Amino acid sequence: MNVFAYLLMGFLVLCAIAVSLSRNLLNSILIYMSFSLIMSMIWVILESPDLAITEAAVGAGVTSILFFVTLKKIHAIDEREKRRKHEQKKE
Amino acid sequence: MSRRKSEKEYEKTFACHFFRWLDGEKDPFIGQVEMQQQEAFREGEGDAERRLQEKNILLNQIYGRKKSRSIRNLERFYKVASVVFCGILIYLLLLTVSFLPPIGVAQRPINNEVSARYIEKGLQETGAINIVSGMILDYRAFDTLGESHVLFVATVTVLILLRMDKGKKDYAGVSLEEVEANDRRYEPKNDAILQMAAYLLVPVIIIFGVYVILNGHLGPGGGFSGGAIIGAGLILYLNAFGFEKTERFFTEKTYKRISFCSLSFYCIAKSYSFYTGANHIESIIPKGTPGAILSSGLILPLNIAVGLVVACTMYAFYVMFRKGGF
Repeated sequence: MNVFAYLLMGFLVLCAIAVSLSRNLLNSILIYMSFSLIMSMIWVILESPDLAITEAAVGAGVTSILFFVTLKKIHAIDEREKRRKHEQKKE
Repeated sequence: MSRRKSEKEYEKTFACHFFRWLDGEKDPFIGQVEMQQQEAFREGEGDAERRLQEKNILLNQIYGRKKSRSIRNLERFYKVASVVFCGILIYLLLLTVSFLPPIGVAQRPINNEVSARYIEKGLQETGAINIVSGMILDYRAFDTLGESHVLFVATVTVLILLRMDKGKKDYAGVSLEEVEANDRRYEPKNDAILQMAAYLLVPVIIIFGVYVILNGHLGPGGGFSGGAIIGAGLILYLNAFGFEKTERFFTEKTYKRISFCSLSFYCIAKSYSFYTGANHIESIIPKGTPGAILSSGLILPLNIAVGLVVACTMYAFYVMFRKGGF
């Protein structure tokens, strides 16, 4: 059990670093979702299932959905916008 | 080959549809999915050049990158300074952690008489088997009241920022009708796979949420977690079936009424128990036998109130982010 917990914590650090290094905002949100899921597993190991349920529902579920909607509103998922950014980079 | 059913009857059965889909004769998406064609991105001649020119003008004239060396030096210093600052911050935080008392030692400062009392007399005084729930909804119910109101205030703030009125245009020149028309622009409507998944999952999710709320005083869970689960289920339902279906049972009025009733019920119930507790009056609310579903006094109704507020808030957040109003 101890090894599993350390493994999960390693993943947690990995996710936290990957979120800040990822260029694509959509990828960052997906990594953030996995961060929340790993965190909820760690809460179960730490014997607080109350927090685990909340973390899974709020962190992985609702917050990420709100992020997705916001990205859609600012057209960050839009293909067109991506292509424009790509061209800007080329220049 | 003999068939009991005639050809016409057979065409209506599920097996026929399934085998036709399996053979690839019929695509379930054709004629069902509504999706707007996106216009292709076209760039006129010289657009790229002009943009580059504008960028250069911006950098040179406004930020003066070419002229002033001090600004360039400041930029470099800024990058180095941010890394150094982050390093120092991490070092300080880790240093603080190293001064914390070790985990699992009896002489830790958190092992004082408060937590001892919660553990020893919690069941007797609150009637809740789940100590956490007894703590947050009985001993520290005032904190939870504040949390519920924070959620309500957050919704109000989002409403102020994102609300769009019917028939008016916002500062960007977009009206609510246009947003509603463009709502499904980048995602298909009536997606068969999503609808089937939601059809199977949403009832299970919502029933699980109700279970978590009602079982808050007996097992892990409670109002906040259960409400968040129900809210997530409602959002999934909305994504699959669209606003026409959800607006049948959930409109702005529903949100207002549910939030108002739950929050005021919480206030009144807790005021009563604070009043009786402070004046040493015997409360008329029975504690019940620990372990039964109708037990632990006010915790169960308070859980329900918090759950309703949280579920509505989650759903309202999503609707307002997506459409700017109900």
